[in-house]
Amino acid sequence: MANVVEEERFPGHPLLPYALILPSVAVIVVFLVVPFLQSVEQSFFATTAFGTKTLFVGLRNYTRLFAAEDFRASALATLLFSAFVMVIGLSFSLAVAHLLNQKIRGQGFYQVALIWTYALSPAVAGAIWALMFAPATGIVPFVVGKLFGGYLLNWMANGSLALLVVSVAATWKMLGYNIVFFLAGLQNIPEEFVDAARVDGAGPWRTFWDITFPMLSPTTTFLLFVNMIYAFFQVFGLIDIMTHGGPGDATNILIYKLYRDAFLYLDAGTASAESCIVFVVISVAAIIQLHYATRKAIYAR
Amino acid sequence: MTPRRWKAGATHAALIALVLVVTFPVAYAVIVSTLSLQQAYAYPPRLVPGTELWHNVVEAWNRIHMGRLFFVTSVISVGAAVVKIILSLMAAFAYTHFSFRGRALLFPMTMITQMLPLPVRILPTYQLMADFHWINSYSALMFPFFASTTGILLFRQFFLTVPRDLPDAARMDGAGPVRYFFDILVPISRTNIAALFVIEFIFMWSQYLWPLIVTNTEEMRVVQIGLKMLIATDQISPSWNVIMAGTIVAMLPPLVVLLAFRKSFAEGIAMQTAK
Repeated sequence: MANVVEEERFPGHPLLPYALILPSVAVIVVFLVVPFLQSVEQSFFATTAFGTKTLFVGLRNYTRLFAAEDFRASALATLLFSAFVMVIGLSFSLAVAHLLNQKIRGQGFYQVALIWTYALSPAVAGAIWALMFAPATGIVPFVVGKLFGGYLLNWMANGSLALLVVSVAATWKMLGYNIVFFLAGLQNIPEEFVDAARVDGAGPWRTFWDITFPMLSPTTTFLLFVNMIYAFFQVFGLIDIMTHGGPGDATNILIYKLYRDAFLYLDAGTASAESCIVFVVISVAAIIQLHYATRKAIYAR
Repeated sequence: MTPRRWKAGATHAALIALVLVVTFPVAYAVIVSTLSLQQAYAYPPRLVPGTELWHNVVEAWNRIHMGRLFFVTSVISVGAAVVKIILSLMAAFAYTHFSFRGRALLFPMTMITQMLPLPVRILPTYQLMADFHWINSYSALMFPFFASTTGILLFRQFFLTVPRDLPDAARMDGAGPVRYFFDILVPISRTNIAALFVIEFIFMWSQYLWPLIVTNTEEMRVVQIGLKMLIATDQISPSWNVIMAGTIVAMLPPLVVLLAFRKSFAEGIAMQTAK
């Protein structure tokens, strides 16, 4: 890491730094690291009904999961859902932030008007979108029916459509957050760079791809990670309120399946194996993200 | 001149259209919250506000005991945000102002928090709460959230921009590290503190899965689970007007926090994005 302090600011206090980090480390060890290691351990065991006995089964929880139809469906739904939230959501937010990032009257108003949805919870977003899409009575099925000659938007009977609806709802909820960060990232790009490109005769499209977008990469990487965590886990409330994982298993993304395996079917072995599988996916993403976050941005200032 | 004005006009038009699209779902929810049940089921859907807002709010408030929900959720949201801020300030202070044995190992360790979100340790953490006899307690709702990578990184980044002269001058004046921390470092961090408060308050207010698992009494229920109850009470023909009244009320506190600290929040984010 480039910018770590080399020297003591306050020599002669050898124990103080330990005392300062002790609470954080204690919380991390007791509530994060140890429970996580127990997750790993439990993933190698099967629990008999009523949890009376545990049995070492090696990797069988994993092999069974990978072979199971419902797990694969859940993994696929998670993949499609998070790809939608990350790709569509971030592209749209970046376009909006770019539009906002110019000298224009009422900029303050537009900013607040576009970011305030950040304060909404996934469950609130779920409730509002459930209202708008309520089959037969909601405003969206009504408009769709009017536009497409009486087409019945019965998304709760159509798996792909249901996944699309929750994806759009989840993406909408994150717009405010994404726009805030993109806008801050854009405003941190020194104007000289963009102006220089323009003087060199690059059009707005070229300027964006050659200058703006590469310079935004720390922000983009950070947002990709945050949106992934959101799409993987935090949308639980939205799914629980809108679809309960249905119809069938169409919106039964991994976090929902994990919750049901752990707390409704009381299958600790399977649930722990699922925890470990998501851990692998998340940590790969986190390492990539941290690499960018702690690295100096490519435009040294 | 004319093409530029035309361009500004187009930008305004695009932004206004975007604001309308982004805001429409909530605006529609607000309209429905003012209708009677019959109006909420009108065909075609009604877009004109009604007069039943207060009635619906009172109905939602009483149906899920929102007073209690607000109390519990406020306690955990403010509590967790404050504790996270304090722990992050302390850790960032240690990492930026002292060199000590094990720092190279401990810093990455406080960063792995990001790789261990609740779902990868949910069953053992629940078991731990049960072992501590913490089920249905504020401790269970808050403790597993106290570690904050975001906070440590945010303050660390800011502390690294503080000129060396500042701690040196403090030392010359005879101030120890603790004095320096409280009298200088914390006050100049207030923008970042406010930004982190907004982020963590909204984060805790939105918690759903963990409260669903570690609480099961009406006493300890949080707002988000209250919403779930409100919707689940009438699955067949939901009283959307009452549900939306409850939804609107439930989203007010985080919205007020965001708008109140709007400036610090934006500045804090800008500081974090700047490398």
